[in-house]
Amino acid sequence: MRGQLFLQYLFSGLIYGSIYAVVAIGFNIIYNATGIINFAQGEFVMLGSMIASALSGRMPLALAIAAAVVLTTAAGVAVERLFLRRVARGGVLKMIVTTIGLSIVIREAALMAWGEGVRTLPFFSGNEVSSLTLLGAHFSPQILWIVGITALIVAGLTLFFRLTMAGKAMRGCSANREGASLCGIDPRRMVTLAFGMSAGIGALGGCVVAPLTQTHYAIGAGLAIKGFTVAAFGGLGNSVAAVFAGLLIGMLESFSIILVPEAYKDVVTICVLLILLFAKPSGLFGSKAASSLKEY
Amino acid sequence: MSILSLSGLSRSFGGLKAVDGVGFEAASLDITAVIGPNGAGKTTLFNLISGSLSPDSGTVLFDGSDITGMKPFKVARRGMARTFQAIKLSKRMTALENVMIGRHVRSRAGFLSGMLAAPWTRAEERSIREESMKAIELLGIAEYRDRETGGLPFGIQRSVELARALASEPKLLLLDEPASGLNLRETRLLAELIVAIRDRGVSILVVEHDMSLVMDISDQIVVLSFGRRIAQGRPREIQSNREVIDIYLGEEDA
Amino acid sequence: MRRYAPALVCALCAFLLPPLLAATKTAYLLTQLTMSAYYVLASLGLCALMGYAGQISLGQAGFFAIGAYASSFLSTLNLTKLAASPIVRLLDLTGLLSRGSDLYGAPLLSLSPWLAFLAAILLAAAIAALIGTPVLRLKGHYLAMATLGFGLVIERIVRGSKILGGADGLSNVPPFTILPGLAVAGGRSARAANFAIAWIVLALGLLALVNLVSSRAGRALRALHDGEEAAGAMGVDTARYKLNVFIIGAVYAAIAGALLTHYNGSIGPGEANVMKSVRYVAIVAVGGMANLTGTLVAGLALNFLSLRGVFGRFDDAVFGLILIAVMLFAEDGQRLLRSSLGALTAARGRAGRRKGPQA
Repeated sequence: MRGQLFLQYLFSGLIYGSIYAVVAIGFNIIYNATGIINFAQGEFVMLGSMIASALSGRMPLALAIAAAVVLTTAAGVAVERLFLRRVARGGVLKMIVTTIGLSIVIREAALMAWGEGVRTLPFFSGNEVSSLTLLGAHFSPQILWIVGITALIVAGLTLFFRLTMAGKAMRGCSANREGASLCGIDPRRMVTLAFGMSAGIGALGGCVVAPLTQTHYAIGAGLAIKGFTVAAFGGLGNSVAAVFAGLLIGMLESFSIILVPEAYKDVVTICVLLILLFAKPSGLFGSKAASSLKEY
Repeated sequence: MSILSLSGLSRSFGGLKAVDGVGFEAASLDITAVIGPNGAGKTTLFNLISGSLSPDSGTVLFDGSDITGMKPFKVARRGMARTFQAIKLSKRMTALENVMIGRHVRSRAGFLSGMLAAPWTRAEERSIREESMKAIELLGIAEYRDRETGGLPFGIQRSVELARALASEPKLLLLDEPASGLNLRETRLLAELIVAIRDRGVSILVVEHDMSLVMDISDQIVVLSFGRRIAQGRPREIQSNREVIDIYLGEEDA
Repeated sequence: MRRYAPALVCALCAFLLPPLLAATKTAYLLTQLTMSAYYVLASLGLCALMGYAGQISLGQAGFFAIGAYASSFLSTLNLTKLAASPIVRLLDLTGLLSRGSDLYGAPLLSLSPWLAFLAAILLAAAIAALIGTPVLRLKGHYLAMATLGFGLVIERIVRGSKILGGADGLSNVPPFTILPGLAVAGGRSARAANFAIAWIVLALGLLALVNLVSSRAGRALRALHDGEEAAGAMGVDTARYKLNVFIIGAVYAAIAGALLTHYNGSIGPGEANVMKSVRYVAIVAVGGMANLTGTLVAGLALNFLSLRGVFGRFDDAVFGLILIAVMLFAEDGQRLLRSSLGALTAARGRAGRRKGPQA
């Protein structure tokens, strides 16, 4: 394969792998705090990029992104407090179905607010034709932003969970809810915090890839299932593994074009998910024991 | 002739050996009791016998056939029925419907015949209903038959569960702490009931904490401690067994 | 016998509604009512799975699409070029082929719609049997995700395959002649007849499930739903039973898909969309999960309204909101219903009135 094409696939895998990893991390944070899968996770990514896109015309990009992250975080908190908290007694399945309903409503709301059109964000530095060169390969500087911000998210979360009181409290809660509440930690606040964080991280991730991937109202569902695939691949709850799994899946999807027509690209990823669920639901890097040691 | 024959049965969870090389024989038409302090492995043993758990090693012979590791529904089809320590009834179904589930192993109608309401199934349904009513009447709960079990008193729910197990006409009945939660009078009735059931031709294996019940009705007693069988014999022998008394020291039993 | 009432009502409606609507000059509603019936059939299949076996499936639209696409593909497949081959000759001899001409007058040799229909149903059942075993071993969110994944795979395949018409789907699907003179097809002249066919099929489907619920197998399913361990201990082969319901659900969806396609004369990838699966779930949820009559009524009402365009642009959003509302309020709603029912039966005295899952 020609070098240029190879690099193209590589970078595409990197870009999409990063966003899948970010979605997966969001899944994991909520899963660890609540034990449920938030089907609406992809919508947070969509909201972040769409809001930022809508605001970017009227204010500096950094401000638009900051506002988008804040607003999406608020949306995540609202979703948890208004809906999920009420359904929590009904069991895991009810919460899952509720998140499905919520993802639809959020998506339709986005459609009503911003229409069907594809939107994008300005490049963080330079523009769509600027490119850097490394080892003879040309790539957009946005890729550095993506890698950098993903790394920052992972590093930031690691520090948060290890060093801050809130982070440790969340880990305590996910390991042993009752024990944690006996120590004075309010599990419900942890859940709200988890949703807020997942939403905010998702929004940030959405913003940083938007210049290259574009965004529109319906990207949520596809991201959700791929993000879940990545999360499950690395073992639900294990976000460090999610990063590696994300890159792996991103690459797999990108390079699958060699064998499979473009129209079937999604099918490859979904088949990976199905095979994974049937063969080893605890994930490639996971195990029953490891999942009980879930970190963040 | 033994209805149940265990040998070298072992099962671990993580590093913990819940059942460690347990073996004994339960004679046909005996009432065999399995006793032991909490954590001795009694419920795990039951689960190994009924197929809910598969053993790490050892064999389970039921009525002459090797059923080691067989799935519970297959074991049930061979004539073993059980009750559970925590009542496992269908809360939304009536008592009669719950007992009718017990007849599942004695009937054949499948999905297609069910959906088409094939004529021959009507006769079978009638027979299922009649046999279930017999079990219900035996346990004296006929007045509750059309009530949802979720709303019934605890003691009655236990009876429904027992009727369900009986309706399957088992060769061996496993009772998991049947007296738990019952008062003195109810326990007395239960003792009479168990003996009556045995007298109708059902071998009984019972796990129980209530010592008076155990000593009263058992033909054989098996004592477990920390997953091992430490004694077996008739009630009087067990009562005077030094080791058994030792493991129960500090435990308050009737 | 009270449990047969809804099916009987459907059958009656099949014959009574068309003249009634004709008299009130609202016969145009027959089209949407016919389509609604087919969608409800798919929901009924899902109700059996979700309500009685307690398994969620977000892939029902996938089976609907399999039935629809397989049936239409096989009945539009032109075998003229292969007319000489032995297989085609054999099929011709046994009367399993039908002749016609296409839009341009050229000869058209294709599988008889009955054969295509049966093949489509068998295909759906086979696929359900294949994926059901591993899928049903999963629990909770893994099961939801797996069925969602299945639905997405089907949608991507039908949308991306040229041979299945790609984004445009298949059209010119021939009528499906059930009996001489009676065919599932579009067209105003056949409107009343097609309405009757749809509602009779619906009535039969409902009847079969009502029978199932009160049969030995249905009892075992309910026990399975309430506690797999106890059901297994009582001799119920839980894995096989769950699989059987899964297959039944798939077959119902496939039949609905095939018949609807012949009625509409065309099929597109939109029918395999995740949103459609969500609709089926929402309808079952509103109906009360294990409530066949509830699913019937909710399904007919919601589908009819949706097809009439009452929800406008908010069509998808409505179903999403319904899902949320049901999840939030259903427990309380059901409890409310039960306590008022309880008050009623208490007033009647302890006549040992039967309660339990509604059929």
